Amino acid sequence: MQGISNSSSVIVQDTILYVDGVSKSFDGFKAINDLSFTIKAGELRAIIGPNGAGKTTMMDIITGKTRPDTGDVIFRGNIDLTTLDEALIANLGIGRKFQKPTVFDDQTVFENLELALAGKRKVFESLFFKLSAQEADKIDSVLGKIALEDRRDWMAGNLSHGQKQWLEIGMLLMQEPDLLLVDEPAAGMTDAETMQTAELLKEIAKDHSVIVVEHDMDFVKALESRVTVLHEGHVLAEGSLETVQNNQKVIEVYLGR
Amino acid sequence: MTQTQQNKTIFLGFLMNDRGGQILLSILAIAAVLIPVLNMLVSVDSIFHVPTYMVSLLGKYLAFALLALSVDLIWGYCGILSLGHGAFFALGGYAMGMYLMRQIGDRGVYGNPEIPDFMVFLDWKELPWYWSGFDLFPFAMLMVLVVPGVLAGVFGWLAFRSRVTGVYLSIITQAMTYALLLAFFRNDMGFGGNNGLTDFKDILGFDIQAQGTRIVLFVASVLALAFGYIISRYIVSSRLGRVLLAIRDGESRTRFLGYRVEYYKLFVFVVSAMLAGLAGALYVPQVGIINPSEFAPAVSIEIVIWVAVGGRGSLYGAVLGAFIVNYAKTYFTGALPEAWLYMLGLLFIVVTIFMPKGVVGTVPAFKDLKKKDGTPLFGKTPAPKAAE
Repeated sequence: MQGISNSSSVIVQDTILYVDGVSKSFDGFKAINDLSFTIKAGELRAIIGPNGAGKTTMMDIITGKTRPDTGDVIFRGNIDLTTLDEALIANLGIGRKFQKPTVFDDQTVFENLELALAGKRKVFESLFFKLSAQEADKIDSVLGKIALEDRRDWMAGNLSHGQKQWLEIGMLLMQEPDLLLVDEPAAGMTDAETMQTAELLKEIAKDHSVIVVEHDMDFVKALESRVTVLHEGHVLAEGSLETVQNNQKVIEVYLGR
Repeated sequence: MTQTQQNKTIFLGFLMNDRGGQILLSILAIAAVLIPVLNMLVSVDSIFHVPTYMVSLLGKYLAFALLALSVDLIWGYCGILSLGHGAFFALGGYAMGMYLMRQIGDRGVYGNPEIPDFMVFLDWKELPWYWSGFDLFPFAMLMVLVVPGVLAGVFGWLAFRSRVTGVYLSIITQAMTYALLLAFFRNDMGFGGNNGLTDFKDILGFDIQAQGTRIVLFVASVLALAFGYIISRYIVSSRLGRVLLAIRDGESRTRFLGYRVEYYKLFVFVVSAMLAGLAGALYVPQVGIINPSEFAPAVSIEIVIWVAVGGRGSLYGAVLGAFIVNYAKTYFTGALPEAWLYMLGLLFIVVTIFMPKGVVGTVPAFKDLKKKDGTPLFGKTPAPKAAE
């Protein structure tokens, strides 16, 4: 494939996402500056960083919403994501949950999940689509995972904030992605909901690769995962939560603000 | 027999939960029988007699209702606010008008069997190439759908691919219809310029003014509206319809689910334009003229008002809105001609501020109707009871 740098030869087999030397400027402001990191298949990774560290831009680049100025973003070892658009990337197996819960308020919980159901994305397939019993079972099993079984026929708009976040995670699961990008899933949640969400993500990480962007340190701690700290569009530190919390540069960045 | 009946139930299964649609289709079925009977079989002196001019007036309202339906399909269900749908309506009307012009034959003022009067007047010696084929009814009917469909396809493809949305899209649809207005005003376009196409004589060999022809045109309008309703209802209650709602409520989110938003928009935009073209083709023989004024930007805005009054996001609401506003227009342009435009403006303001969900979303009787469907008030289809 085009656009793969020579270093791709050193990508190990179990790397699902390989980000190398990515930069992106907006009107002279360097939102992402020589960003490099890798995510292993099946890994749960937390990405933290102060406001303006480039977390959202990073997600935009991985999901095809924004094109980087330079650098490589390689998925599953041989797919260059920087040339593809959102729908294609989504269908390749990268799901994204937004910071603000964006479920479809005017449709039921069940219908929201059905929309996200993997496969069948073409116009005429949709026009003549009939839900099979298998597919309905799959939706019901995801409903169980996100603890919304008794809200199945509710309008999504009537769910609580936390439930909407879970529904959106459920929609991600329906897409059967290999890699999930989850942006601040615990924002606006109660403590109990936050812990439940952490458990849910850990459960999901058993058979998916997951990147979680988060501010809430208790939540990150509960994830028990490797942590990457972003600062000014660059990786500042990486390691266990304890390691990065004791890192002098990280302390400066967080306390300096 | 039972087999066919069963197939039919499955085929129209999407109407099962649609009480409003069932009522609408029933009213249309009754009107298709009752109006002709009241016109032809009831004595002229009876108060139940429906005069022929009234039949054509109702036929015109039906064409407008189909037009409103086409706008609601894209605006109410996909969030595409087209302020240029009058263009598709007019193009369908012109395609029908061209056929009707060819039907005049040598009965024009200049008596030229091949060339319509306005071309003789311009001293044209032969028909322009784009008029060929329009003497054949099936070809003209095909063009009624193809011309608006192709324009919507090209326009939509360019706009949706470039992700032009919201108010910007509305503005370029206005520009589109305005450009066509200017083009059709030109005599050398070959569509009759300012005067448009008129003085029709026959349709399929029948006198276009005759009572029987008027009745047939009325019934054809009823059938077209019913057909348009069923097509639209099928679309909005399919999974595709739910993708359209998703696009309306969160376009970018829908993209991240892996849907090619531009293809979905294009599909529904083209279907909508074809329905608008069909409405135009029914309108022209019943009013007897098509001219460039149908392309005027204000005409397209008025269609949106019909939909807003009836209830955006409810297909029968759009039909109802078209009838309410156009009946009011007929009445007030007769009773208080100067006041109508002010009233129309006022109506739009009142509806926007006090009844944003239109008549269907505000009047209790209609609200109950929607509740019985198990749907919320705003453009929703009933939940599928899958695997149960």
